[in-house]
Amino acid sequence: MATTDDASLAKRASLPASVDVAEPRTPLLSMGNVGLALTLAALLALPFFTEGFFVFQMTKVLTYAVAIMGLNLLTGFNGQFSLGHGAFFAIGAYTTAILVEMGGFGFLATLPFAALICFGFGFLFGFPALRLEGIYLALATFALAVATPQILKLSPLEGLTGGVQGIYLFSETFGEPPVPSWAPVQSIFGVDEFDAGTYWVYLVTVAVVVLTYWILTNLVGSRTGRAMMAIRDNPIAARSMGVNAAFYKTVAFGVSAAVVGVAGGIGAASTKFVAPDSFTFFVSVSFLVGLVVGGVGWLPGALIGGAFIVFVPNYAEEVSKGLSGAFFGIFLILMIYLAPNGVGGLIRAAADRIRRRSD
Amino acid sequence: MELFLQQVVGGIATGGIYACMALAVVMIYQAIHHLNFAQGEMATFSTFIAWTLLAYGLPYLAVFPLAIAISFVGGFAVERIVFKPIEHAPVLTHIVVFIALYSIFNSAMGFIWDFSIKTVPSPFPPGRFLGSNLISNHQAGMIAITLVVLVLLFLFFAYTRIGLAMRAAAANPDSARLVGIRTSFMTALGWGMASAIGAVAGILIAPLVFLEPNMMLTILLYGFAGAVLGGLTSPPGAVLGGFIVGIVENLAGTYIPVIGGELKLTIALALIVGVLVFKPAGLLGRRIVQRV
Repeated sequence: MATTDDASLAKRASLPASVDVAEPRTPLLSMGNVGLALTLAALLALPFFTEGFFVFQMTKVLTYAVAIMGLNLLTGFNGQFSLGHGAFFAIGAYTTAILVEMGGFGFLATLPFAALICFGFGFLFGFPALRLEGIYLALATFALAVATPQILKLSPLEGLTGGVQGIYLFSETFGEPPVPSWAPVQSIFGVDEFDAGTYWVYLVTVAVVVLTYWILTNLVGSRTGRAMMAIRDNPIAARSMGVNAAFYKTVAFGVSAAVVGVAGGIGAASTKFVAPDSFTFFVSVSFLVGLVVGGVGWLPGALIGGAFIVFVPNYAEEVSKGLSGAFFGIFLILMIYLAPNGVGGLIRAAADRIRRRSD
Repeated sequence: MELFLQQVVGGIATGGIYACMALAVVMIYQAIHHLNFAQGEMATFSTFIAWTLLAYGLPYLAVFPLAIAISFVGGFAVERIVFKPIEHAPVLTHIVVFIALYSIFNSAMGFIWDFSIKTVPSPFPPGRFLGSNLISNHQAGMIAITLVVLVLLFLFFAYTRIGLAMRAAAANPDSARLVGIRTSFMTALGWGMASAIGAVAGILIAPLVFLEPNMMLTILLYGFAGAVLGGLTSPPGAVLGGFIVGIVENLAGTYIPVIGGELKLTIALALIVGVLVFKPAGLLGRRIVQRV
């Protein structure tokens, strides 16, 4: 790009081709920004051209994208593994469900609570995680993921969580999320009252994706983000340079859990139902798969990862019923062999090539 | 006091299951310094193979060694085909491939044998062990077989050339290669053995819990707990850890009111996190010191 200023060029030259270098003065019309703007425009235009079911599926894609961005902060930027983020997704979902059904909250108002509560739980789980590295952390979080459905079924909590039956959301409005009066969803999209809820949740999800992306890019580019990446790249060197590793690692865990919790809240609103058995080990697995497919350490990859986990199992199901899990696994292994940096890695490589040609 | 003793003996009986699985976990950890999250599914797959062979009418005494041999070859092949190319890849890559294997085995089992539950017969006569009302013949037999496997493993690693070579390859791959040990072949051998031990565990566990594709996920978690508790570097520790997990699970279920039958997996979670945080080497494991 001809408009790239000298400072960022020098920076690019001096650093190895690593993930997401924070560039202080990126020009507004860089290739990345244009790509993001186009993606956002496409997401906003989508409900005008498609039907309710596809909007519902796209809500799912974006929900996963939010969760994957959260996991990416932890794994991609701080180097900590988690096979247990499904637990935070579940906590977020239950927070939203309980507040909507018992507290009479609007769905939008519950999301900050989901974030806050999950931040607390994530921060707490971050403490034992401090002493665990690599495979041990994977093991501890694996245990968390497997135990989650049982914890949700716990009988003393049954009054709140509805036990095995779970909670149906929006029972007062016949199972559809109510649209606040200030949002003219019905007139804009020309849908009836029944469908409006789906579109409303979709719009909220798009907003959450944008907000999460904005917060996380700024966080990663900040002093905090550099500290997190320093810990990822060389914990001992980071510590000897005065980075408080314990603090940044627990904060990374907390923020990551909070983001996943918000995703859980949206998930509860879009499926309109939460139950212990929807939060099995597979939820955590799909986050990890989405992360790897999208590209570890590259935030926009979350959209690709989200689309992968929602649509690929469907297509695999069409190829052969019953063997979809096997196709999923084989695809994942091929991905690891052929594109170890995920689809995001391929896109960035292509972008680099175009950029070099235009210079 | 009598209740306490009963629960302890009952715990030892279920602990036998976990000990078996923990042994397989430690075996693979010795070979590759990773925890195989697909181990439970691989063991279940072996058990399904045994079930199919039994359904063809083969006698149990032929099926048992045959299934173990098939599992050994299978585990060996998985390492050669899937893991050889990513030998030096980062930890995350390995974890993702374990998850992929998990998904492949789980789905393939559902496809081949469907999700209905099946019963696997026990090789031991039905009834209670020596007339006691706490432990059945099968459970006693399972504990005995676990201990036999442990002794065989000890003899193998301590007194055979190839066992020594495997230990050398795991402890210091570079030096081992310099003295002529084919370290990469040893890794594959370790996979084969872990898979074979997993098959023993699966076949022995199946008569107690019913065979279906998701049989092992929770048992694997207890196996991990046992392995971590006993020390990931120590096979006897894994067996001991497995028994302790069984006992702790039973006692906690009896004496802590909330836990009962519904929070048992949380005990495994608490054990894993607790041991890893406070005594990462486990009861009998070696402390791993990292050189900077």
